[in-house]
Amino acid sequence: MIEAKALTKHYGEKVAVDQLSFTVRPGVVTGFLGPNGSGKSTTMRMIMGLDAPTTGDVTVKGLHYRDLPWPLHEVGALLEAKAIHPGRSARAHLQMLAESSHIPRSRIDEVLDLVGLTAVAGQRAGKFSLGMGQRLGIAAALLGDPEVLLFDEPVNGLDPDGIRWVRNLLKGLAREGRTVFVSSHLMSEMALTADEIIIIGRGRLISQIPIDELLAQSSQRFIRVRSPEIAKLKSALETKGATTVVEEDGSLSVRGVDEVAIGELAASIPVVLHELAPQSASLEEAFMELTEDSVEYHGAPTATKIASTDGAA
Amino acid sequence: MSVAMADPRITAVVFAAARHQRGGRFIGLFLILVIAAVVVVLVIQRHKDRKPIDDTQRMPHQPDAPREQAVAAQSATLAEAREQRGGAVAVPAAPRPPKAMPSGRYGLSGVLKSEWTKLRSVRSTMWTLAITVVLGIGVSALVTWQTRAHWATTTAFNRATFDPAGTSLVGLFIGQFAIGVLGALVLSAEYGTGTIRATFAAAPRRPMMLVAKAAVFAVVALVVAEVVAFVAFFLGQALLSAPATHATLSTPGALRQVIGSGLYVAILGLFALGLATIIRHTAGAICAYLGVLLMLPIIIAFLPSSVQIDVRRFLPDRIGAVMISSTSGPHLFSPWIGMLLLCGYAAAALVVGGVLLVRRDA
Repeated sequence: MIEAKALTKHYGEKVAVDQLSFTVRPGVVTGFLGPNGSGKSTTMRMIMGLDAPTTGDVTVKGLHYRDLPWPLHEVGALLEAKAIHPGRSARAHLQMLAESSHIPRSRIDEVLDLVGLTAVAGQRAGKFSLGMGQRLGIAAALLGDPEVLLFDEPVNGLDPDGIRWVRNLLKGLAREGRTVFVSSHLMSEMALTADEIIIIGRGRLISQIPIDELLAQSSQRFIRVRSPEIAKLKSALETKGATTVVEEDGSLSVRGVDEVAIGELAASIPVVLHELAPQSASLEEAFMELTEDSVEYHGAPTATKIASTDGAA
Repeated sequence: MSVAMADPRITAVVFAAARHQRGGRFIGLFLILVIAAVVVVLVIQRHKDRKPIDDTQRMPHQPDAPREQAVAAQSATLAEAREQRGGAVAVPAAPRPPKAMPSGRYGLSGVLKSEWTKLRSVRSTMWTLAITVVLGIGVSALVTWQTRAHWATTTAFNRATFDPAGTSLVGLFIGQFAIGVLGALVLSAEYGTGTIRATFAAAPRRPMMLVAKAAVFAVVALVVAEVVAFVAFFLGQALLSAPATHATLSTPGALRQVIGSGLYVAILGLFALGLATIIRHTAGAICAYLGVLLMLPIIIAFLPSSVQIDVRRFLPDRIGAVMISSTSGPHLFSPWIGMLLLCGYAAAALVVGGVLLVRRDA
């Protein structure tokens, strides 16, 4: 259980996090979604007690992080990939964390095995790829078998297999009744992993809703229709109450009726159909819609989408 | 060689050999060779560190499901997402039963162990300590050997004021730089690499971490510095065969000189650790440390001599020069008063660093 109350962080003039309040429940994966620079990492650092809030408060299991009697037994975190001394071996990195928290050595082997780094445990972390660094970070987070887990962009730098592995891991941890809080700037990733989503933009809370509701809300189904007699079809559809738009490529986008109704209507006129294709709006578009006004760093107009979906936040 | 630059009186005693023309040239050459060798070794190590390992031997736990499913995530649409979530039911899992945890609270003993593991698991520790040992003993031996070799041509005054113990310990004045680099690195490297966040995640009470770090480093630095001091002393005295005068540990002041110079080096290391806690950057901390040891004496040498006399005794390098010599100079603190002052500097740097550590974001 993580609770933020009016959490605010200023860096000089800049407001990184602004009056942010939310609750992260145990037993589900809670996604933390926002464009780059929206304050996700800052919020996570404040949960961990690394950055002090300017005003407001955040607690884990009802306590400030620094007051937890055994922090690693209660909270595990992956805050950034490769925040590891490049000259230190993976095993030594885990060992120094385990020692301060009285975690037995056998647990180090367990987590190394779990993330698949056993074979390279003795090698210096500086030689690791970004993906291996992420795996070591995840191993460190799981070391104390904690009930609360924070992951900041855990799939960054992972290959598709690794992404799948992390996704299943997060779901599995939540199924065991743990609190799992995971940030991402990728809506598509969140849609597959999270049960509930906290969306922020420019440090402010935009929405905290279950993912299914979000998916239903932003659902924008339409049907693409091609026909040599498009004008005839268009007027017939409009009399049936459908909304239609003629696209630049000559196709017709139809909303308000389903593909069955369009097909039957076309047959009854009759009009020849060349294409009848249901389309779904992408999740990225849904996310863009939600955060449209709160993207911190806009690219050039054509690159807006890239700017808001690439790189670390 | 800050000592040589700043105070001719003590130089006369300690650096008798180094001042000799032919010996000086030889020693200069030797020092350049040693430093070049150290730089070459460090560059090679650095280069080795950067070579990536091949990624073939990874992930025994790879999931065996087809890649396509994972790739699909990149371009997921609403329908696909729904499908993959399998109907999507966000019913929270039952809460976990409270897990068994160690009793009490994490404490200093664990954090000390952790700091010890950190210190010995990186190679910069081994390198800086090896350089301390090699330079500390090597330079001391070289200087004493050259002093003996040129004994016949040494003036009567220089023979009379010759300080055999002090001469055999001059290498520690070089070793102090390597120890200082290690002192700075044990903290600044954590900030440089981001390890500090993992450290604070495990032990969020920051002053405890600093105490543990300083304690572990102090013990290691003191042991190494004392070993260097004793080895340099015995080696030096063995090299000073008759007719040159030599000392034993029972010579008045000699034991103090040996133990004191090791202590001086270890405390300077703690001072460097304190500076690093304040500055948090490796380069900045090492520059500040070198500035105090090398630049400050030069700056003070330009002040009017009446001011110089008042101020100079407070400099760490003067305190060290007194500690290493059998005789103290005028206008200088006595060895142990100076040492107390040096401890004060290190403590002040660590306390200021500790306060900043708590107040600043990690």
